[in-house]
Amino acid sequence: MSVDGLILLAGLMFLTGVMGVILRRNAIVIFMSLELMFNAANLAFVTFAAFYQVLSGQIFVFYVMTVAAAEVAIGLALIVAIFRQKHSIDIDEVSFLKD
Amino acid sequence: MPGDILFYVIGVFIVGSGIGMLLVKNTVYSALLLVFNFLNVALLYLFMGAPFIALTQITVYAGAIMVLFLFVIMLLGTEYLSRKETLKNQRFLALFLAFLFIIELVAVFSQKDGLFAVAGMDVQFVSPAQIGKALFAEYALPFEMVAVILVVATIGAVLFTHKEKQRRLLGEESPATSPKTNSEFQQKEEQS
Repeated sequence: MSVDGLILLAGLMFLTGVMGVILRRNAIVIFMSLELMFNAANLAFVTFAAFYQVLSGQIFVFYVMTVAAAEVAIGLALIVAIFRQKHSIDIDEVSFLKD
Repeated sequence: MPGDILFYVIGVFIVGSGIGMLLVKNTVYSALLLVFNFLNVALLYLFMGAPFIALTQITVYAGAIMVLFLFVIMLLGTEYLSRKETLKNQRFLALFLAFLFIIELVAVFSQKDGLFAVAGMDVQFVSPAQIGKALFAEYALPFEMVAVILVVATIGAVLFTHKEKQRRLLGEESPATSPKTNSEFQQKEEQS
């Protein structure tokens, strides 16, 4: 276990999250990719907290998790509301403002 | 060293399940792969001497959030979705950017020579009691802010999915589930 390896791993996790947001059209998969990116940031936080022996990094991870939970609740409610109107969760279908 | 081997195995699992989540067609499978990913990350937290965060990761992420995801996936019945490319060359550009990012990572990490090991934190130092003390003393204000955020999110989620409220907010313009046709239907019923 080394800081370099862990940060590299966090970078790769973040990259997969970004690729998910760019490549997939399914709104739920995009949300899950967002969670992956949050997790990459959390992993970096905990790594540096362990390296510098400070508690604040772990506290911040705790806050990130709670805010992510709130964000997921709102996001999934939005997806359900959009699905009721459009009968699809393809994000390309969601262009209300364009029309 | 056994610790290093374990780290590589977990790292391969994490990256592999992340990529699998992107490639798998069925959304349920990608949600389950993400659960596997989160469990592996929780293991890493445990090795870094952060047991509280590791267990929070398992209960909140793998336990609560992913169950919510699976619930919505199965509720809506949208396991499969076509994967057409709407923007031209989007995939090619995305892969090119990923390639650039990997090159950047390699460049950054090849500059330093010698890896420095993560020292596991003192267990007494990061015990849940210590984290609780820090949360309620030093970080009390953000703690309360998070409480407000959670309440607002809950109310917002209920409002978004509440049908009566939605009808009142959208008025007659909502096309699909259509309170309008519903009221027309009622009017016809009353006439006949």
